[in-house]
Amino acid sequence: MASHPSALEVRGLTKRFDRPAVDALDLIVRSGEFYALLGPNGAGKTTTLRMVAGLLQPDAGSIAIAGIDALRDPVAAKQVTAWVSDEPMIYDKLTPLEYLEFVAGLWGVDPVFAERSARELLASLGLEANMHERCEGFSKGMRQKVALAGALIHDPRLIILDEPLTGLDAVSARHVKGLLGERVRAGCTVIMTTHILEVAERMADRIGVITSGRLVAEGTLAELRQQNGRNDTSLEDVFIALVHSEAAAA
Amino acid sequence: MTSLALSWFARHEIRLAWREWLAMMTGGRRGRRRAVIIGLVVFGGLLHIPAYAVIGRYATLEAPLDKPALIVMTATIFLAWALMLSQAIESVTRVFYARSDLDLIMSSPVALTNVFSVRLAAIALSITAMAMLLATPFVDVLILGGGLRWLAVYGVVIAVGLTAAAVAIAITILLFRTIGPRRTRFVAQIVAAVIGAGFVIALQIAAIMSYGTLSRFAVLTSDTVAGLAPGPDSMLWWPARAALGDGEALLLLLAVSLLLLGAVMAGFSAHFADTAVRASTSTNATHRNSRKRAFRSGSRQQALRRKELMLLGRDPWLVSQSLMQLLYLVPPAVLLWRSFSDSSVAIMLITPVIVMAAGQLAGGLGWLTISGEDAPDLVTAAPLPPSRLIRAKIEVVLLVIGALFAPLVFALLFASPEQAAITAAGVLVAAASATAIQLWFRVQARRAQFRRRQTSSRFATFAEAFSSIGWAATSALALTLPVAALVTGLMTSILLAATWKFSPRRH
Repeated sequence: MASHPSALEVRGLTKRFDRPAVDALDLIVRSGEFYALLGPNGAGKTTTLRMVAGLLQPDAGSIAIAGIDALRDPVAAKQVTAWVSDEPMIYDKLTPLEYLEFVAGLWGVDPVFAERSARELLASLGLEANMHERCEGFSKGMRQKVALAGALIHDPRLIILDEPLTGLDAVSARHVKGLLGERVRAGCTVIMTTHILEVAERMADRIGVITSGRLVAEGTLAELRQQNGRNDTSLEDVFIALVHSEAAAA
Repeated sequence: MTSLALSWFARHEIRLAWREWLAMMTGGRRGRRRAVIIGLVVFGGLLHIPAYAVIGRYATLEAPLDKPALIVMTATIFLAWALMLSQAIESVTRVFYARSDLDLIMSSPVALTNVFSVRLAAIALSITAMAMLLATPFVDVLILGGGLRWLAVYGVVIAVGLTAAAVAIAITILLFRTIGPRRTRFVAQIVAAVIGAGFVIALQIAAIMSYGTLSRFAVLTSDTVAGLAPGPDSMLWWPARAALGDGEALLLLLAVSLLLLGAVMAGFSAHFADTAVRASTSTNATHRNSRKRAFRSGSRQQALRRKELMLLGRDPWLVSQSLMQLLYLVPPAVLLWRSFSDSSVAIMLITPVIVMAAGQLAGGLGWLTISGEDAPDLVTAAPLPPSRLIRAKIEVVLLVIGALFAPLVFALLFASPEQAAITAAGVLVAAASATAIQLWFRVQARRAQFRRRQTSSRFATFAEAFSSIGWAATSALALTLPVAALVTGLMTSILLAATWKFSPRRH
């Protein structure tokens, strides 16, 4: 499949629960980009990403992943996408290797290639010694790493991560960040939500800020600083200023 | 710890037990309380009908009883005790693993032995209370037919509840000590299943071997058992004599049960903390898979089926339930084996038992595979249409049912090909119906929530049970009275259609 200039193109995406969770959202993420989606609790970040990953049906709007209409051809879109949620969902009674074999089977990855990748991924995430142990005794950080390995085993073009660093210790977080950085350098696109603004500041090529289901600011860190009128501020200051001004406007 | 603090802790324990029970009955939804109370009152009222059918004719029984009557009564009480013990083992194991207040209790300035004695007493109390509740319709029937003297049955129920709780606590803690916390959870489930079913099954097998019938009373009322039974003054008859209103026997029975519970509390409360802490940290234990093999190729559905089969094979509930279903199938299997030599008509009884077991097991399996998905996001985000995903899961249910029941149907083929064909059809229809109900009422949940699956939809639970009963009856009638089978088959189909009509999936 030829590389598309946009890894993700979202137009007028809308989802209502009791109130609008995502409100006519437009979002474009370029191929090979590390995009951080920030926002206060309940801003609509997770709902947006769940719709992109095909876990939630939007009320209106369109989603294109690498040029594939995800609403019309969800299977093709899912083939090139990976999703990791903040709550690692793995099977307690499977070992990491068995879990990765299952995920590879679901995505139709060649078993020989998949096994090699699985071992490499688990080793790079520091789980080499645990690859034959059932996940039931794993800590949250270990489970998160297994889930991440599952997301990477089928070599996706778009990786969507919802708070992937929650519960990880410093060493594990560095492992994960290193792995994601490698993938981006290899041409993969990463979209990540996080409350750890330092991570977004250090890793993201572009940052989007979402409040009340709408994208209120977007750009590189320098561009966001410029929008905020101060060049020496941290992302945290920019983020708080943006959220406050939006709250005041509402 | 002062007595005031102890009584406060006892109230706290009772409140927790009450709320756990209420949450189980209401599925955790507050709005359902009224419906649950009305449902329980109606259910309790309706329970008087089967209670009358089972026990009504014995209401006029008076002491002294002859030996066969004493044996039957004692065996019935023992059966109730075995069932209560089975439930008690389940409750005690749950208390060990589920309570998350251990850190708080153990870091508080109280004597742990006292606190855990109260906790053990609360377990015994909740088990006894539940037993009394279930016994009420039966006691009502006895009182209506034979007078207030039958109130003594409540005393027997209390004694039975207390001893069952005491033995359950002792068994569970001993299991912890001997095989460790991780295995205890699994083994306790199996022990509970075997104890619950074992007594009835053993009696049935004995009846089949001796009299070629599934009736357990055939053994109990036999001269052989009467000859082996002890004299009328034996302790063995205390429960039966107490139930009949013998005050002395009742007091002795209550005293022995209280003594037993006291001894267990004194002996084990000091170790309760240690056991509970080991249980709460047992999830850190590792289970290594020594078998190392290459990744397997195959379609996406094959990957799903492999995963489901692997998880089912490692599921403690499934293993214990399958074992219990297989245990229930032992008497008909023995009957089948015996009938090869004497062509007994009792062989007809095998078919409904097999069909019923298949329906029940398929319901549980259906929940585990269809609703009990631990990684719903993963399978939903996979490049696979939802219909193929569901199909793969249904295939797993039918595959497992097929693998479990095919040998029995195959054995039946040698006795009667016609019966084998009807049994196979019954198994298939009962399993498909139970799976369909699970599909119509599916609610995403973690597999570990299996125990509470019945609270998510009472309607589905009853529909599943009635569907299994309906297909079992239809299969039995197809062998004996085919016209009647058409009627029951039609009724079961209408039940299924109505279930579908009221199911949330229809919309």
